Amino acid sequence: MDLQSFFQNLLNALQWGSFYALIALGYTLVYGVLLLINFAHGDIFMVGAYISFFIATFFLGQYAFALPMALPNTAIFAITLVLTMMITAGFGVTLERVAYRPLRRKGASRLYVVITALMCGLILENGNLALLGANRRSFPELLNNTVHVIGGVSVSSVKILVIITTIVVFLLLETIVRKTKLGMAMRAISYDRMAVPLMGIPVDTVIVFTFALGSSMAALAGVLFATAYPVLEPYMGALVGWKAFIAAVLGGIGEIRGAFVGGFLLGFVEIFVAAFFPSTLRDLIAFSILLIFLSVKPTGIFGVARTTKI
Amino acid sequence: MMLEVDNLHVRYGSIEALHGISFQVKEGEMVALLGANGAGKTTTLMSIMRLPPPEGPVVTEGSIRYGDTNLLPVASHTVVARHGIGLVPEGRHIFGNLTVQENLKLATYARTDTERIAWDYERVFSLFPRLADRRNQRGDTLSGGEQQMLAMGRAFMSGIRFILLDEPSMGLAPLLMQELFRVLKELNDAGTTILVVEQNAHIALKYAHRAYVLEAGRIVLEGSGAELAHNPEIRKAYLG
Repeated sequence: MDLQSFFQNLLNALQWGSFYALIALGYTLVYGVLLLINFAHGDIFMVGAYISFFIATFFLGQYAFALPMALPNTAIFAITLVLTMMITAGFGVTLERVAYRPLRRKGASRLYVVITALMCGLILENGNLALLGANRRSFPELLNNTVHVIGGVSVSSVKILVIITTIVVFLLLETIVRKTKLGMAMRAISYDRMAVPLMGIPVDTVIVFTFALGSSMAALAGVLFATAYPVLEPYMGALVGWKAFIAAVLGGIGEIRGAFVGGFLLGFVEIFVAAFFPSTLRDLIAFSILLIFLSVKPTGIFGVARTTKI
Repeated sequence: MMLEVDNLHVRYGSIEALHGISFQVKEGEMVALLGANGAGKTTTLMSIMRLPPPEGPVVTEGSIRYGDTNLLPVASHTVVARHGIGLVPEGRHIFGNLTVQENLKLATYARTDTERIAWDYERVFSLFPRLADRRNQRGDTLSGGEQQMLAMGRAFMSGIRFILLDEPSMGLAPLLMQELFRVLKELNDAGTTILVVEQNAHIALKYAHRAYVLEAGRIVLEGSGAELAHNPEIRKAYLG
């Protein structure tokens, strides 16, 4: 591989890694607090992408009630991003309240909660299919995707946006979890849930915050993904969601930096395997490599062995 | 009257753990709750703290009042944050993945009185200078005695006026145990009300104003610390 295509692949790997990392974050945050693998999370990413589609097309005036004045596309993108993150956060919180909290109140074993999560994911996919049909939708182009060619490597502005956003999000979340009382409470719950209310902390508030945070990051990934690959369909969250979950495990589930490193690692393995082998072999080879990695270090890169998982 | 427990019946699942216990703790008192393993001492504290199942029991009959408030419908975190009752649980339950400083800071979660918080930090560090030395160490690297200090310091940082302690002397060397009760006495003299659950009746009766003895979910004896210390039954059962 020459230097030029190496850098081209590197850039692509960083972009894919960013999507995985942003979604993996939701898995890892919820796991860190509840020791629950929220298998519906990949579908929350899909929900986020669809919500952003409807918001964007609304502001573009594609429905009966158009805005009085036309907004510039970048403004529409910004509004779409913020609204989508807020609405999807509300969606994730609702899912927690409707599906998971009642089980927690009854003291159900975590296995049942995980199965419930799987079912919620299927309900979201098929609910979308029933409601909106199997038609693919194409996300409107809101940002001018200018492509610069630097030393033979094509660098698109969307790619740069995706990568920089992901790095900023990483720094922001590390700060929240390390420095704020809410972040400390999140870490404390994962260590000893019983003692948390004894500190005067409402456990449910912390859980709601965790779901809101994770879901808004999935929404962010959804908007960025739709901007880069503007085709939406009901099952778009399934495979990406699984891969992001694997990324979270690879990095060490429960650890924020693990989600990011795991996400980027998965992006690299996928892109570079595809660079050397036929693309039909990509996932087979990529996941075989990861399987070997996990059999050597089952707790992932940053994970520590815990007595109870799943 | 500060805390008033009246005819309290509670159950874990289908098993009744307390069969109608009644006792009071007055403001400024230090009261001990004695009894053997499984007598219902921890259950009593969990009930007062309103901890939800699986840790806390379900109250089926009776009442727990604190001042003018009926505590039964109150959520645990509110018991701490609004009513100022704190629990130092059995086995300490400190957050091992947080530093000593973070453990203390987390306990101030619901507080907004910044000046009092700064003052409480100083007080905790002067009561337990070891915690100041270990400020940036993770909780799970502390020794048992240090963890007990942290658990107490943490309860203190949550701004409480009434502290419940569950077997604070467990696993401590005799010297540390004496030291711990001296600190409790000091806190009590400074105005904190204390309810302490102990298996070590000897040391508890030496410091407590009054004590109750629990046996199989019922209160079987009560009296002043000195009275109970000389009671022949107690001497036989607990003081050897």
